[in-house]
Amino acid sequence: MTPVPRQRTARLPVLDAHVRRSEGSFPRTSRALRARLVAVALVLVSIALVTVYFRESEGGTLHGAQRIGVSVAMPFEVAGERVARPFKDAFGWASDLLGAKSENAKLKKEVDLLRQQAIANETAAQENKRLQGLLGYVDGPRFPENYSGVATRVVGRPPSAYDQEMLIAAGSGSGIQQNDPVVTEEGLVGLVTDVTSNGAKVTLLTDQSSAVSAMVLESGAAGIVRHGPSDPSALILDRVGKDALVQEGDLVITAGWRSGSLESLYPRGIPIGTVKSVGQQDVDLYKRIQIAPLVNFDALSDVVVLVPNTRPK
Amino acid sequence: MTLDALKAGVLLLFAALVQVSITSNIQVASGHPDVLLILVIAVALLRGPAFGAAAGFWAGLVLDVASFQTLGLTSLLLTLAGYFAGRLGEVTKKSSAHPSLIAVTFGTIGVGLGSAVLHFMLGETVPASEFFVGMLLPTLALNLLLAYPLYGLCRRLLPVSPRERREVIPVV
Repeated sequence: MTPVPRQRTARLPVLDAHVRRSEGSFPRTSRALRARLVAVALVLVSIALVTVYFRESEGGTLHGAQRIGVSVAMPFEVAGERVARPFKDAFGWASDLLGAKSENAKLKKEVDLLRQQAIANETAAQENKRLQGLLGYVDGPRFPENYSGVATRVVGRPPSAYDQEMLIAAGSGSGIQQNDPVVTEEGLVGLVTDVTSNGAKVTLLTDQSSAVSAMVLESGAAGIVRHGPSDPSALILDRVGKDALVQEGDLVITAGWRSGSLESLYPRGIPIGTVKSVGQQDVDLYKRIQIAPLVNFDALSDVVVLVPNTRPK
Repeated sequence: MTLDALKAGVLLLFAALVQVSITSNIQVASGHPDVLLILVIAVALLRGPAFGAAAGFWAGLVLDVASFQTLGLTSLLLTLAGYFAGRLGEVTKKSSAHPSLIAVTFGTIGVGLGSAVLHFMLGETVPASEFFVGMLLPTLALNLLLAYPLYGLCRRLLPVSPRERREVIPVV
């Protein structure tokens, strides 16, 4: 049997084509590989940043660098807010106008009622002051007598519903420090949680990390106000015993406790909200109380930071 | 390339400040327009995945600093969004007439879900109904409204050269 000679040339075109295709696709493969490497490297850097940021203390390098960054960016954010302010005001004015007539009638009734209450309150306050003087009553810091306010504008908010925070345009240069309470004329807004020289971060009452010792004004039932489990912007009054008397429409204010050298970050008497609903079940330890906040957290434009008068200037 | 990087860097820096001080006030339910994400996607579509990833990282870092948030969190999400938008741009360069709409849709959903997962890992949770109906859908609608104008702005700023326009980039 005669061996059939191998046709080596027949394979050449195939090999040749393969080589040529490789030559053509090499730069593209290299480019794709480079893109992947860049993406992986940047993802790793991001993860490292998150990890270090969480592990380091408030005075750590990354926190310090971030404060410098915020200080640099703050004037631009203030400028941006100033540009946007007329449009926001116009939108607010237009939406307010829609419900103005019905709201006017409601407010007139409310004014009559409040005028009567104000007279009664004034009498009670004078009597209270006289009795405190007689008893030599030792009191904690009171709102608003023992605080001076730093009025400032809201310049920014994180673009995410997870972070119930905002940036304000006043910082340590205006005497503001970490843990200063923040209010509006309606009620409590939150707490200053980070400060730079010309700005500060305020964590709102609706944030998952916020908790305020509070009490129901009418009955004195005490509890803790924190964010609701279902709606991120809702509040609940937790840890109120089942035997406490709480009704719909009751006013919830800060409790402002004091125990030895420790005291609440919030002074007593700042309004938080009104009781929206009260419920309880046999299996629950406490009442289920929902609160309608007095402050509209979605439309904050100006706030007041409470600085204790005892703080050295 | 350096000029492109500079232009994109300044654009994204400006967009991050606008996002913190202006667009975060525009709210539909709990959703906000994500101008920065749209711009990162537009830059990535025009300049490819490596450029997109770098743009996403820079944009996220600026946003995290300017809004006093956890450093690296937004960078991580926008880096991935930039990279995948760049890849999508390569794949659909010749086949899709609306790459920006497709990329913004996938990008918004991907970043939204990624953000939910990261925040869940950090102990911040939002109910599923609130997340999908209150946050994700309004954000997607607002982003789609802004996708064309912002993509157009990026095209003017980072024009595609005739050579690049002719080039067919295969899937590797």
